[in-house]
Amino acid sequence: MSPLFDGVFKRDMAIAFRQKSELVQPIMFLLMVVTLFPLGVGPSPDTLQRIGPGVIWIAAILSSLMGMERLFRDDFQDGSLEQVMLSPVPLWQVVAVKVLGHWLVSFIPLLLLSPLLAVFLNLTFGMYQALIVTLILGTPLLSFVGAIAVGLTVGLQRGGLLLALLLIPVFIPLLIFATSAVDSAALQLPYQPQIAIIGAMLLLSVAASPFAIAYALRVSQN
Amino acid sequence: MWKFLHPYAKPERAYQLCQTLQPWFWSLAAVCLVTGSIWGLLFAPQDYQQGDSFRIIYIHVPSAILSMSTYVAMAVAAVVGLVWQWRTAFMAMIAMAPVGAVMTFIALVTGAAWGKPMWGAWWVWDARLTSELILLFLYMGVIALYGAFEDKQQAGKAAGVMALVGVVNVPIIHYSVEWWNTLHQGATISKFDTPSIAPEMLWPLLINLAGFAFFIAAVTVVRLRSEILRRDVHRPWVQALAEQRENRRAV
Amino acid sequence: MSLVASELTCIKRDRVLFERLSMSLEPGQLVYLRGPNGAGKTSLLRILTGLAAPDAGTVYFQGAPVSNDIAAYHKALIYLGHKPALNSTLSAMENLRFWLAQQYLTFDPKAAYQALEKLGLVGLEDIPVRLLSAGQQRRAALARLWLKPASVWLLDEPFTALDTQGIALLETLFAHHVADGGMLLTTSHQPLSKRAGPVTNMDLEYRL
Repeated sequence: MSPLFDGVFKRDMAIAFRQKSELVQPIMFLLMVVTLFPLGVGPSPDTLQRIGPGVIWIAAILSSLMGMERLFRDDFQDGSLEQVMLSPVPLWQVVAVKVLGHWLVSFIPLLLLSPLLAVFLNLTFGMYQALIVTLILGTPLLSFVGAIAVGLTVGLQRGGLLLALLLIPVFIPLLIFATSAVDSAALQLPYQPQIAIIGAMLLLSVAASPFAIAYALRVSQN
Repeated sequence: MWKFLHPYAKPERAYQLCQTLQPWFWSLAAVCLVTGSIWGLLFAPQDYQQGDSFRIIYIHVPSAILSMSTYVAMAVAAVVGLVWQWRTAFMAMIAMAPVGAVMTFIALVTGAAWGKPMWGAWWVWDARLTSELILLFLYMGVIALYGAFEDKQQAGKAAGVMALVGVVNVPIIHYSVEWWNTLHQGATISKFDTPSIAPEMLWPLLINLAGFAFFIAAVTVVRLRSEILRRDVHRPWVQALAEQRENRRAV
Repeated sequence: MSLVASELTCIKRDRVLFERLSMSLEPGQLVYLRGPNGAGKTSLLRILTGLAAPDAGTVYFQGAPVSNDIAAYHKALIYLGHKPALNSTLSAMENLRFWLAQQYLTFDPKAAYQALEKLGLVGLEDIPVRLLSAGQQRRAALARLWLKPASVWLLDEPFTALDTQGIALLETLFAHHVADGGMLLTTSHQPLSKRAGPVTNMDLEYRL
C-alpha cells in the first residue's frame, strides 16, 4: 500500500470527481471574465490581441483564487486533516501530493480551454504557443504558492477574500513575466528569458512551499 | 554567539529593554529630524534642473528606503520567532508592520506629489512607485492576516509565514516591475539616475534617513511595549507592575 | 512501554490552561479525564497526540520524546477527536479504505465490513456519509478502533451522539483493549459504567 498514492491522491481524485460543480465553476468564471473584456473595451481585433495575454492571465489568477480554498477546507472542517497529520507519512509529502492533485483537476481544464480563449482574443499561433508554455509552467506556481496562503487562512471563518488579498500581490511577478513572454512572441522576439525566469520561480516554489504549507497547516491546527 | 540575546525572549526582559531604549530613540529621532529637515528644506542648495521641488527627497527617499528595510526587519523577526519559538519576536514583527505600512504610504504620497512637477501627472506607473504600491499591499496582507485570528499567538505565526513569503517576493517583484517598466515605457528618466549628488545636498538626506530610522524604532518600541502588556495582562509580573504604578500614584 | 507527559504547559489565547502538568498512561490502564468545559481537556489530548505543541514540557513514548520518532508513535496511536474525520461525499467504506492506506495498512474489505456490521451500519456502508445521521457518522468514525492495531487510544468525547446500545458496545471494546494491555485515555461528560472495567480518574480544573 502506498500511502501517498492510494491514501491521498486517489482519495482527492474521488472527492474531486464527486463534486464536479466545484471543478466546473472556476472554469466558467474564467470564461465569463474573458468575455467581459471585449464587451468592456471594444471588439477591435488589434486591441484584443494587444490586451489578450494579460486578460487570459488575470482571468486565470482570479479563477484560481476562486477554487483554491477547496484544497484544504473540507479536510480541515471534517477533521480529516488531523488524521493525516497523525499518519506516519510526513505532512510535507502529503501536501505536495494534494497540491499536485489540485493542479491536475483545476488547471488541466484551463489548458484544454486555452485554444478557445486564444481564438476569442485573436491571438496569433506564435502567441498561443508562448501562452501555453507560460500556462504549463505558471499555473503549478499558482497552486504551490497559493496553498501556503490557503493553509494559513483555512481555520478562519471568512478566509475567502483575505486569501485573495494575500495572494494577488505575490502573483504579480508571474503575471508580468508571463504576459511579457507572450508579448515578445507577438513581436517575434525570443521569449526564452521570461520562460526561464518562470521556470526558476516554479522550481523555487516546488522546493520550498511544501514545508511552508505543512507549517501553515500546523499553525492553523493549533 | 547570539546567547546574549536569549534573555530577551522573555516578555518581561523585552519590556524592560524597550523601556530603556525608548527615550534614546525618541530624542535621537527628534534631533536628527529637526536638523536634517531644516538643513535640507531651508539651507541646502537648489537643484539646477528641478529648483526647489527636489527638496521632497528629504522625506521621500528616507521613507522609501526604510519602508523596504522595515519589511526585511519584520521577516528577520519572523525567522527568529519561527526558529527559536520566541513569542516576543512575533510581537516585535507585528509592532513594526503598521509603522512600515505608514512609511510606504508616505513614500507613495510624496512620490506622487513629486511626479506632478516632474511629469505633469499625479500618478505615473514608474517602476519604483509601482513596487512601493505592491509593498503596501504586502504590508496590508500581513496586517489583515494578523487581525483575522483571535488567538494572537497563532496570528503571529501565520503573519510571520506570510511576511517570509513576502520577503522572498520583494526582490522578485522589484526586478519584475523594473523589467515591465522598461518594456512598456522605453527608457524613462529615473529620478535617481543622477549618479552624483552634491555633498551639501547629501548630508541632510543622510541625517534625515537616520532620523526616520530612529523614529520607526521609537514607535515600534512603544507599540511592542503595549503589545507585551496586552498579551501578558494576566501574568503576575504585569499585575505587579500595575500595582507599583497604582502605589506611586497614590503617594 | 508507556506514555508519559512531563511538566506540560499550555497557553491558549494568552490564558494559561494548565501549567507543569505531569501524567502517565501505563499499559492496561484506562484513564478517564474529567473537567469542566474550557479546562483544556481537548488541548491536553492534542498535545499528547503531537497535533499541537506544548508551550513547555515534553511527551515521552516508550522512554523517548515523541518528537524523536513521531512516525513510530503515530503508528501505535489512534486519536479520535470531536470531528468525525469522514469526508461527506465519500461513503463510510471509502473513508475507511483511504484512512487505512494513509496509515500504511492494507484494507481488508471483510474486516471493514465486520466492523461496520458490529456498529450496525450494514446497508449504509456505500452511501455518502453526509446522508448518515450524527450517531451513524460517529459509529463510522469509531470503526477505526477495530481496524487499526494500535496500543495507544486517545479519544475525545467518543460517546457523543451515541445511543445506549452504542455506548455499551464501546465500553465493552474499552475493556477488551485494556485487558489486552492497551493504553486508553478518554474524556467524556457522562461517567463510564462498570462495563468499561477499572478506571483511573484524572481531573483538570478550570483556571482563570
